[in-house]
Amino acid sequence: MAMMTDEDPRRYIVGMIVEDRPGVMQKISGMFTRRGFNIDTIAVGKSEATGLSRITLSMMADEDTLEKLIKQLYKTIDVVRVFKMAERGSVVRELCLVKVHIKDEKARSEVMKYSDIFKGRIVDIAPSSATIQLVGTSEKIDDLLDILRPFGMKEVVRTGVIAISRDPKR
Amino acid sequence: MNMKGATAVVEALKGQGVKHIFGIPGGYIMPVYDVLYSTDDVRHILTRHEQGAAHAADGYARASGKVGVCMTTSGPGATNLVTGLTNAFMDSVPIIALTGQVPTAVIGSDAFQEADIVGMSMPVTKQNFQVRKASEIGKTIAAAFKIARTGRPAPVLVDLPRDVLLSEGDIELPLDAEILGYNPTVNGHPVQIKKAAELLLNSERPVIIAGGGVTISGAFTELAALAELLGAPVVTTLLGKSCIPESHPLSLGMMGMHGRKSSNYAVSQADVLLAVGTRFSDRITGNAKEFAKGARVIHVDIDPAEIGKNVPAYLPIVGDAKTVLAGVVRAASSMIAKGRETAWTKRVKELKRYCECEFEGDARPIDPRALLKQLQLVLGDDDIVVTGVGRHQMYAAHYLRREKPRTFISSGGLGTMGFGFPAAMGAKVARPEVEVFDYDGDGSFQMTGKELATCKENGIKVVVVVVRDGVLGMVYQWQALFMGKRYSQVHLGSVPDFVKYAEAFGLKGMRVERPEQVGPALREAVKGDETTLVEVTVDPDAHILPMMPPGGALTQFFGGCLDRPLLEAMGRIGT
Repeated sequence: MAMMTDEDPRRYIVGMIVEDRPGVMQKISGMFTRRGFNIDTIAVGKSEATGLSRITLSMMADEDTLEKLIKQLYKTIDVVRVFKMAERGSVVRELCLVKVHIKDEKARSEVMKYSDIFKGRIVDIAPSSATIQLVGTSEKIDDLLDILRPFGMKEVVRTGVIAISRDPKR
Repeated sequence: MNMKGATAVVEALKGQGVKHIFGIPGGYIMPVYDVLYSTDDVRHILTRHEQGAAHAADGYARASGKVGVCMTTSGPGATNLVTGLTNAFMDSVPIIALTGQVPTAVIGSDAFQEADIVGMSMPVTKQNFQVRKASEIGKTIAAAFKIARTGRPAPVLVDLPRDVLLSEGDIELPLDAEILGYNPTVNGHPVQIKKAAELLLNSERPVIIAGGGVTISGAFTELAALAELLGAPVVTTLLGKSCIPESHPLSLGMMGMHGRKSSNYAVSQADVLLAVGTRFSDRITGNAKEFAKGARVIHVDIDPAEIGKNVPAYLPIVGDAKTVLAGVVRAASSMIAKGRETAWTKRVKELKRYCECEFEGDARPIDPRALLKQLQLVLGDDDIVVTGVGRHQMYAAHYLRREKPRTFISSGGLGTMGFGFPAAMGAKVARPEVEVFDYDGDGSFQMTGKELATCKENGIKVVVVVVRDGVLGMVYQWQALFMGKRYSQVHLGSVPDFVKYAEAFGLKGMRVERPEQVGPALREAVKGDETTLVEVTVDPDAHILPMMPPGGALTQFFGGCLDRPLLEAMGRIGT
C-alpha cells in the first residue's frame, strides 16, 4: 500500500495524541507493518493531559504515502489527533547517548573537545571510555557520531526525534 | 446497580437489543452461560465450531442490518473465531465477539487455555478491549456496539477474564459511550456534493459503481433515483449485488474479474465514475494502472482511508452513502427538470439486453447455468441466497438475479471457503420469515458442514444446494486456464455421500444428477420444514467465464460470449 511514486522521498515528522491504554503502541506499530509503512523513529511519552500520550514519528516518504499513513492513523480508534509537523514551524530534537572508546590521554582530550564543540555533555567517564550526552537535531547528532567513529564507539542510544510546534510570531 | 460481572454482560447485551447469540461455552466464559441459563429473552444458539458461530453472527448481521453477536471461551475458543472476524472485517460487517479469558491474576503466565486474543485480533477488528474491572463492563460493551455499528461497520472483540465476570460491584449500564478519538463523518461536504452533481450532469458517459457501502447505509432508493436522473448505468461489486434491482433497465450487474462484460465495458468507457461505498478491490479494478483511465473518479466512502488508497480520486467525498447520494440527487434535481436519456443511456440499455441471454440446454453432467436457472425459478424476491467461496460463488454472483437489498450474501474480501452454510444459518435466524438458500461448493461446504447439527437441534431451516463438481473448482479452473492443466491437489474424490451426510444429522438429503430433476428437488426442499440438502452433480469442466485474467485490464476478457454485438453496441471499444 505504501507505494512509492515518482516523487522524491523526504523526511516527514508526524505528531499524535493517543489514549494511554495497554496495546495502543502495538496497534499502531502493527498497522505500520501490515500496510508496509517504514518508520525511521518513534518516540512516546505522557502528554500535557492525563490519560493521553504523545507519539512522534519520523519517516522517509513521499507526500502520497504520508497522506495514506495519516488516514490510517486517524482510523485507529485510540488515536485522538494526528498532525504533520513542518520542520520549519517546529522545534525538532533528539537525544543521543554515545559511549566512546578512549585509548589514551590524547584521545580523551580530543573527545572532550569535540563534545564541547557540539555542546554535548560528558555524563560518565571511565579509564577506557567516555559517555557523551547530546541533544539536537538528528543531523547534528549524525555529525558528532561521524566524528567520533574513528575513536571506536562502544554503544549508541538515540531516542528518535520529538517535535513541538512553534507558536506564530506576533 | 449492584450485580455480578457476568450479569452485567447479559444485561448490557439486552440493553443493546441483542436477541440472539451464537457460541460455544467453555471454562472461562461459563459465568456468562450461567446467567444465560435463567435468561428468557436472549436466545443462545450452540454451534459446533466457533468459526461457525462467527460466520453465523456475520450472516445474521448482513441479512438484518443489525449487529451479530458470538461468544466463546478463552484459548482455542477464541482463536477459532479469528477467520470469522477477519472475514467480517474485510467485508465491513458489524459483529461483537465476546471471549472468556483466564483470571487477571494469571494473565501472561501461559495458563491453561490462555491465548492473547486481544493481540491476535488487533489487525482484524476495528477495536478490541480486555475488561479489567467489573465496573467497566457496561461502558465497554456500549462502546463496542457503538464502534461496531457506526461509521464503517466492523467486528469488535471484548475479552472477559473469569474473575471480572465473577466479581460483584456497582456496575452502570449506559447505552451509549463517548469515545474520544472516534467521530465518523456522516454528512458529506455540501460543496463537494454540489461539485459531484455538476460533474455528473456535465458528463457524457457517467457510470455508478455501487459497493457494499450502499447496502450498509440502506441507500437503495437514493441510488436508483440518481441513476434515473442521470441516465447513468449502475454496476455493482460482489458486495454491492442486490443494492439495486437487477431487473432495473439501468442495472448492468456485477463488474470485475468474473463480472458481466457489459459492466466492465461501461466502466472502461466512462468519463465520470461515481464510486459509492467501494474500496476498489483488485478483483474489480484488475490492473489498477489501467483502470478506467479516461474517467474522473468521484469517490464516496465513510472511511476516509479508502479514498485514494487504490484508485486516485478526482473528487473525494467522505460521508455515509445514503446522505451523500440524497444530497447529490437534491443538487442534481435543482439543475435539471427531469431524468436524462442520452445516447449513452440508450447504449448501456442495449448493452444490458445483449448480456442477458437466457441459458438454454440440458447437457449432462448438468451445466451450472442450468442449475442456477432452476434455482431462480424457486427463489422469491425476498428470499436470501448465501454462497460459499469459489467457482460456484462466481457463477451465482454472475447469473442469479436479485431484486431486493440484502438478498445476496457472500464472502468478498477474504474469500472464506466454509462461510456459506453457517452464514446462511445466521441469516435464517435473523429473517425466519423468508427462505434462505446456501448455494455452496462441495469443497466449501465440507469445511463447515457439521453445522447441520446446529440447524437440526435448533430447528433452523436452510435449503442447502451443494454443487458437486468433485474438485476445488476455482483452483481447478486456474490450473486449467493458466497452468497447462497440471491439476495439483484439487480432486476431492468420491466421498462423502452428501445425502447420507445429511441423513446422519437426521435431515433429508437428495441427489440430483439429471437436469430435469433439479427443479422438483429444489421445490421439495423449499416445501420442507427442516434443513434439506440437495446435492447436484455438475460438470467440473464448466468454467466460469468470462474471466478477466489476474492483473489484466477490465476489458481483457477470457472467454464468454457475444463480443461482437457488445462491441457494436459500444461503438469502437477495444480497437
